[in-house]
Amino acid sequence: MSLLRAFMVGLTVASTGAHAVQLNLPAPVTEIARDVYDLHTLLLVITAAIFVVVFAVMFYSLFRHRKAAGHKARLFHENTTVEVIWTVIPFLILVGMAWPATRVILDQKSTRGEDMTIKVTGYQWKWRYDYLDEKVGFMSHLATPRTAIENGSAKGDHYLLEVDEPLVVPTGKKVRLLLTANDVIHAWWVPALGIKQDAIPGFVRDTWFKVDQPGIYRGQCAELCGKDHGFMPIVVDARAPADYEQWLAAKKAAAAAGAGDPDKVWSLADLMARGEKAYLQNCVACHQANGKGIPGAFPSLVGTPMVTGDLAAHIDIVLHGSKKNPAMAAWGPQLSDTDLAAIITYERNAWGNNTGQLVQPKDIRAARGGKG
Amino acid sequence: MEGTRQTHYFVPDPSYWPLVGAIALFCLGLGAALAINGVALGGGLLVTGASILVYMLFGWFGDVIRESLAGRYHGKEDHSFRWAMGWFIFSEVMFFAAFFGVLFYVRVISVPELGNFSHKLLYPDFEAAWPLSTGPGITAPYEAMSAWGLPAINTLILLSSGVTVTVAHWGLVKGKRGQLAWGLGGTVLLGTLFLVMQGWEYAHALHELNLTFASGAYGMTFYMLTGFHGLHVLLGTVILFVVWMRVLKGHFDAEHHFAFEAAAWYWHFVDVVWLLLFVFVYWL
Amino acid sequence: MAVVTDTEQGHHARPRGWSRWLAATNHKDIGTLYLWFSFTMFLTGGVMALGIRAELFQPGLQFWQPDLFNQLTTLHGLIMVFGAIMPAFTGMANWLLPLMIGAPDMAFARMNNWSFWLLPPAALLLIVSFAVPGGAASAGWTLYAPLSTQMGMGMDLTIFAIHIMGISSIMGSINIIVTILNLRAPGMTLMKMPMFAWASLITAYLIIAVMPVLAGVVTMVLTDRHFGTHFFNAAGGGDPVLYQHVFWFFGHPEVYIMALPAFGIVSHILPTFARKPLFGYASMVYATSSIALLSFMVWAHHMFTTGMPATAQLFFMYATMLIAVPTGVKVFNWIATLWQGSISFETPMLFAIGFVCLFTVGGLSGVTLSVAAVDIQLQDSYYVVAHFHYVLVAGALFSLFAAVYYWFPKMSGRMYSERLGKLHFWWSLVWFNVTFFPMHFLGLAGMPRRIPDYALQFTSFNEIASVGAFCFGLGQLIFLYNILWSLRRGDPAPAKPWEGADTLEWQLPSPAPYHSFVEAPELEVGENGAIRGMKGGVHH
Ligand code: HEA
Ligand code: HEA
Ligand code: HEC
Ligand code: CUA
Ligand SMILES: [Cu+2]
Repeated sequence: MSLLRAFMVGLTVASTGAHAVQLNLPAPVTEIARDVYDLHTLLLVITAAIFVVVFAVMFYSLFRHRKAAGHKARLFHENTTVEVIWTVIPFLILVGMAWPATRVILDQKSTRGEDMTIKVTGYQWKWRYDYLDEKVGFMSHLATPRTAIENGSAKGDHYLLEVDEPLVVPTGKKVRLLLTANDVIHAWWVPALGIKQDAIPGFVRDTWFKVDQPGIYRGQCAELCGKDHGFMPIVVDARAPADYEQWLAAKKAAAAAGAGDPDKVWSLADLMARGEKAYLQNCVACHQANGKGIPGAFPSLVGTPMVTGDLAAHIDIVLHGSKKNPAMAAWGPQLSDTDLAAIITYERNAWGNNTGQLVQPKDIRAARGGKG
Repeated sequence: MEGTRQTHYFVPDPSYWPLVGAIALFCLGLGAALAINGVALGGGLLVTGASILVYMLFGWFGDVIRESLAGRYHGKEDHSFRWAMGWFIFSEVMFFAAFFGVLFYVRVISVPELGNFSHKLLYPDFEAAWPLSTGPGITAPYEAMSAWGLPAINTLILLSSGVTVTVAHWGLVKGKRGQLAWGLGGTVLLGTLFLVMQGWEYAHALHELNLTFASGAYGMTFYMLTGFHGLHVLLGTVILFVVWMRVLKGHFDAEHHFAFEAAAWYWHFVDVVWLLLFVFVYWL
Repeated sequence: MAVVTDTEQGHHARPRGWSRWLAATNHKDIGTLYLWFSFTMFLTGGVMALGIRAELFQPGLQFWQPDLFNQLTTLHGLIMVFGAIMPAFTGMANWLLPLMIGAPDMAFARMNNWSFWLLPPAALLLIVSFAVPGGAASAGWTLYAPLSTQMGMGMDLTIFAIHIMGISSIMGSINIIVTILNLRAPGMTLMKMPMFAWASLITAYLIIAVMPVLAGVVTMVLTDRHFGTHFFNAAGGGDPVLYQHVFWFFGHPEVYIMALPAFGIVSHILPTFARKPLFGYASMVYATSSIALLSFMVWAHHMFTTGMPATAQLFFMYATMLIAVPTGVKVFNWIATLWQGSISFETPMLFAIGFVCLFTVGGLSGVTLSVAAVDIQLQDSYYVVAHFHYVLVAGALFSLFAAVYYWFPKMSGRMYSERLGKLHFWWSLVWFNVTFFPMHFLGLAGMPRRIPDYALQFTSFNEIASVGAFCFGLGQLIFLYNILWSLRRGDPAPAKPWEGADTLEWQLPSPAPYHSFVEAPELEVGENGAIRGMKGGVHH
């Protein structure tokens, strides 16, 4: 099988100029992906053979039994024997397909016996990864600049398939993913790993993979999830276990350093700088960089009573989300006190809102009721 | 017509009623969408649409009744009506099947799953129970409806109305117009009584049990199923009322009374749905 | 009872002017309305498809913002399915069933008019929704919750439009079923009647069974949106996947609603131009029925990636694969019909042959998708888009072109231009494949569907597909031109322009008289509605 696979992969990735034109599934890098690849090859061969045989007969008839060639019709219209044959043979072929498929399905579904577990949460429009055993977690956003998408700057090699923080995993370990979502259904799909699993809000689903070779594997959200469904890529960075441990330690250290002093009092300039960055990461998709939103769908934040008036209501809607429209999610669970304080300060002072009001992290902590 | 084959089938004249009906539904659809989203125009459009619809129904059914009285419908047409009513009721069965499917799914699959081990990750204190009382979306506590109060009485009412409509049918075939009239009138009365009781039940649920459409899986399936059933009872009662009026005007005879039978079939269908509701929504 | 004296004023006159169309109770007029309406919707949906293909010609955002792109995709799907394909088949059924089975009209001529006239308002609601705040629905034609609970007013308009179209197609189906069951002329027994009648009967049954379910599920979306219910929201004990179960319980039979009438049409055209009776008539009837029954048991093959238990995946996989058997029987019967025939290649025949080949390509990719293990890779990728355009465009749409060419002489009394017809066929055949074949490769390589922009490695095939789509679309103007020109200038058609045609409609003059079979004829019928003898039958 592996020879045939190498042949298929070689045959179907023809190189034309800068970009490879790929005709088949990507080269598989996990056991499951290899099984799926081979199963697909099998199906392709069988269905192509059926097509050729069936239509060879039809075109032979179309050619030989032409009226133009003077062929006279023979008026038979029944034959039980052939009818039984062409009912039974397809059935047997199907059994031949279903047999290996059943085995692969059972493998895909045996998610337990894992070496580590990562919780994957789909958000509009980014992914969050939480390493459950390690207490490490982070968001992963599209890294392609907006200007490249709008054709204002050059598109890099990994246009739309690049993120700021990839999912880093060790090779040779069975990784179990627990998937869920925060708002709507997303689907976590990395073709080379051979897995796709819907992430369903309010429910937990699982899947697994075990990568053999270090490498970077790219994929995308596969379930329509709203406006920026096309812009929530997935990047998996598989590293040798030692490299992975190193990364993990660095990650933990950075997290500890980043937490900082919760009671620190920030200056307006610092809050604005941090707030702008966080706003562009989290809010810009709907409320836009100029704060004006998209009329009819996402409200403007420029000069509205909510943003320039009552501070408590402003903090409340950002922290707990909108009661009326689920698109405006509760950001409390997603962002730190400092980020929320910075974003809200930014909103109240950017785009000519200039209220001059500051929100400090401790205000957010108070609004949360002293918790979390 | 037995014995001789009917060679001519009634094909109505061109009619504007369908177009009027289409305009009515357009106004209703647009009006409802606007009204739900708080656009001022919506309410007006809804009322306009509903009025046009009522006007259309009067006009259209008026035509049908006149054609029927003029003797235009014979065995073949009658047969068509029967098939059509049967298939219409089948479509209604499928409509209710969808909601019953949802009820079973929620009770057998989604609620238990939300309470299972792997969902402790998301909802540490969710308790899978029916009626469902916990859950992040269930903000106000409520009580479930018990089966053996009003609902049981309503079951009796509907069952008796099934009997009265059958009694009326006997009256019709035997030519006993009196029995026909009081049987039908009784059915209409029982239907109305049912609706009143259901209104009362809803008031009780809303005010005393705090059970609303938004009370999670229990509240939504409860109101959706009983609400759509109630609408069908209302429709059935209106149909029976029209038939009753026609009876009082002297329409129908022992052979020729499909409108009556259609109403009766519909009524029995509504009855059966209620029994299922009683078992699966109220009782179990 | 004196039925013969039952004539009516005005009924025999042919209505003129607007009222002929607005107040129509004649099945031929209503059929014509349906056909023109659906063709208009096909152009509308097609223009949206061109909007999609234009955006996807190059990576980067060129023409539309992502939100508008999603609206185009959604409305393209909805309009093609509910506005173009389904009404076109209903239109064909309206025109042909009474002629094929010897009925005076549809069983409920006035209700028939309502079924039609509900469609333009529904279409209007869909199109108006582009103009409301927030724009049209953009959750895909499948309207998956909870995404569909997020949209603006456009979603509500879509929901009400679906309600109205549902009412329309249920009434239309009741009409078809009753007409077939009750109004067949003496001698036209069920196991003799034409395959198109069988296909329409079974399709109508499917519609009545599943449209109410669709109406139910979108109603629940509506209450989730506005009345605080939690049907598709775990917070109150509901489940987003529940939406998918109910939707696909409708959705899978729906795809056969768009396929079975096509099978019926092809089962007339192939025998006619092979000058041979349909092979295996009875097994065709049984195969069609089995497909319909199986179609209720396979819905979850659209949901393999939702994470259902292995047993459920296996069940739905096996059941889905099984549908290949009866469908195969149909394909083999068609080929056996051609075998040893005396075959000629007029335009309807070309489209019918194109149908058999390309539908099978779509069917075989369907079987590939049905294998759950592989579908995990392909679900929601362009491979699926390729699959369903093979069965819908080269399937449903090609069969409709075949039908229009085949029955055009009977409907209009004129012949279409054979030269333009053949050009239309070859042009469509080539560009169809240029458009949709590369999508298989895109899907395998990992391009998701419903995205306005893509990674660079998908560029070449998208460019090819976009060029193909524009050329394919252009070719449809040949068809429009041919029809419009032939309606006025075409050669007068004989009663039976096709040597091998033998069903009842060809016994009538061309164009078919306005009131045909006012009194039913006595028929002597062979399989597939072949007329062996006929007595009586009054037309005017
Ligand atoms: C006319 C419409 C039509 C028809 C007829 C079909 C026919 C079939 N479809 Fe398709 N399908 C769609 C329209 C249609 N489909 C649409 C619109 C979607 C996408 C919806 C969406 O998500 O938007 C879809 C999606 C879809 C999926 C889900 C993909 C996904 O999203 O992951 C699957 C999976 O099983 C599938 C399978 C099949 C199968 C097995 C058939 C079978 O009926 C095919 C049977 C035919 C043959 C097999 C060919 C002839 C047979 C022989 C020559 C005999 C010998 C053959 C063998 C032994 C194999 N279809
Ligand atoms: C039912 C039938 C049907 C038909 C006939 C078609 C016809 C076409 N479809 Fe469509 N399609 C669907 C049903 C159908 N489709 C469905 C159900 C979906 C899924 C939607 C979803 O994801 O929710 C879909 C999705 C879909 C997509 C995927 C979109 C996405 O995932 O974002 C694409 C992309 O290429 C596409 C393309 C086309 C094209 C090019 C045609 C062509 O065949 C159209 C040809 C017609 C014309 C082009 C118009 C006629 C010509 C003129 C008006 C003249 C002017 C022309 C020129 C000047 C050139 N369709
Ligand atoms: C997925 C889309 C989306 C994202 C992302 C989003 N919002 Fe919103 N936001 C909305 C919608 C929709 C509303 C309107 C809610 C309503 O009508 O109740 C809203 C409303 C608001 C309001 C109230 C506006 C007013 O004047 O009433 C504020 C403030 C706000 N959002 C802040 C934010 C902040 C801060 C972020 C990022 C941390 C953010 N939003 C991210 C969609 C979004
Ligand atoms: Cu997330 Cu698509
Ligand atoms: Cu399907």
